[in-house]
Amino acid sequence: MPKSYVIETHGLTKCYGSFEAVQSLSFRVSSQRITGFLGQNGAGKSTTIKMLLGMTHPTSGTGTILSRCITDAKANREARRDVAYVGEDKQLYGYMTVEQIVRFTKSFYPDWRSEIESRLLKQYRLPLDRKVKALSKGMRTKLALLLAFSRRPALLILDEPSEGLDPVSIEELLQALVMAAADGTSVFFSSHQIAEVERVAEHVSIIDRGKLVMDFSLDDMRQSYRRITAGFATQQLADRFQIHGIRKMQASGRQVTLLATDNADEIVEIVRSMEPVSIEVAPMSLREVFLETVRKGA
Amino acid sequence: MLSPSAGQPLYLQLMQQIRHAIETGVLQTGDQLPGIRTLAEQLVISHNTVAKAYSELEHEGLLGLKHGSGAYVTAKRGTKSRSEKVRGARHRVQVFVQSLRHEGLSDEEIHRLFEAELYYPAFDLQKS
Repeated sequence: MPKSYVIETHGLTKCYGSFEAVQSLSFRVSSQRITGFLGQNGAGKSTTIKMLLGMTHPTSGTGTILSRCITDAKANREARRDVAYVGEDKQLYGYMTVEQIVRFTKSFYPDWRSEIESRLLKQYRLPLDRKVKALSKGMRTKLALLLAFSRRPALLILDEPSEGLDPVSIEELLQALVMAAADGTSVFFSSHQIAEVERVAEHVSIIDRGKLVMDFSLDDMRQSYRRITAGFATQQLADRFQIHGIRKMQASGRQVTLLATDNADEIVEIVRSMEPVSIEVAPMSLREVFLETVRKGA
Repeated sequence: MLSPSAGQPLYLQLMQQIRHAIETGVLQTGDQLPGIRTLAEQLVISHNTVAKAYSELEHEGLLGLKHGSGAYVTAKRGTKSRSEKVRGARHRVQVFVQSLRHEGLSDEEIHRLFEAELYYPAFDLQKS
């Protein structure tokens, strides 16, 4: 069971002028598992990742990546040796061919895994003699992934890795993530593609408008999160539903919808005792949880 | 297939499918299961999920684990009568679902009813 953390932040904040892209973000990512970082476009995912990687300096707050301080340039450089990053803008040398960039990157990493390199070269069907700048977006992403996976890093950070990939390539990407994790790499990937996060991630952190709004294990969600819809013959007072475990309550007319993140069995019992005319309990998908969470303030 | 959106942890879903395969005789004593890594790759799920399912099934005495993450079926006999039971039950469910469809219920509704009954057994709304 994972006990240590590969990422930890404390009050991490980034302002651009008067705009707070990331607001006092404190969260942790456990080692040895796959964590999804979910949020809408512009929620602050990329800014957070760039701060973790020392690519942009936080306005305030701090954090560690592989136990090394992110605001200390030297420590961050050290950490980066064991961290692979695949960003939105795949920064690759455009003038090199695929073969050249693979050989070039390999020279920096003594622990390079040639078997992963050759397996992915074949699987991704990357043209060895083509210049990087002549590759399509999807091909470039695959090349960046190949370079990252072959290093066998302790921590793999990906920012919207499936952007620009077709369905087959997305499947291959998810498979590669799962394999990297099985080989001992901790994976942290941002995405706004809920379905892919729900499939491979074990833990999810949701960020909205620069703030961390939810942080949970997906198996906990499957086990404990329930939508309880009850119909009543008379109007119900909202304060009757202040029960432990209810995260959100919505009443429209005589129908009450409760979102429970815990304690669902007891909540159902209590609601039943209020003599509803109908009651329905359904599990929640990550899509629902996400939409309910980010819409909350809207 | 595992369903990421079903209201049940993935490792439990995986356990059920393996258990079901043993009960119906698709998997039999001595049969090899894929290694943790291989099954994780095939199902595109985390290796932690597979590892947890395997280790729970080992606790139940259905699987034996080998070094190098392999697993094999150790289920005792008597599973045959079990598989017959399951087959019989399946037939009854089939007939029952058919009759609900005849009454005009949609598959979606039937699904919800089954789920509600399994997770939250029905209670009597009308107080007598």
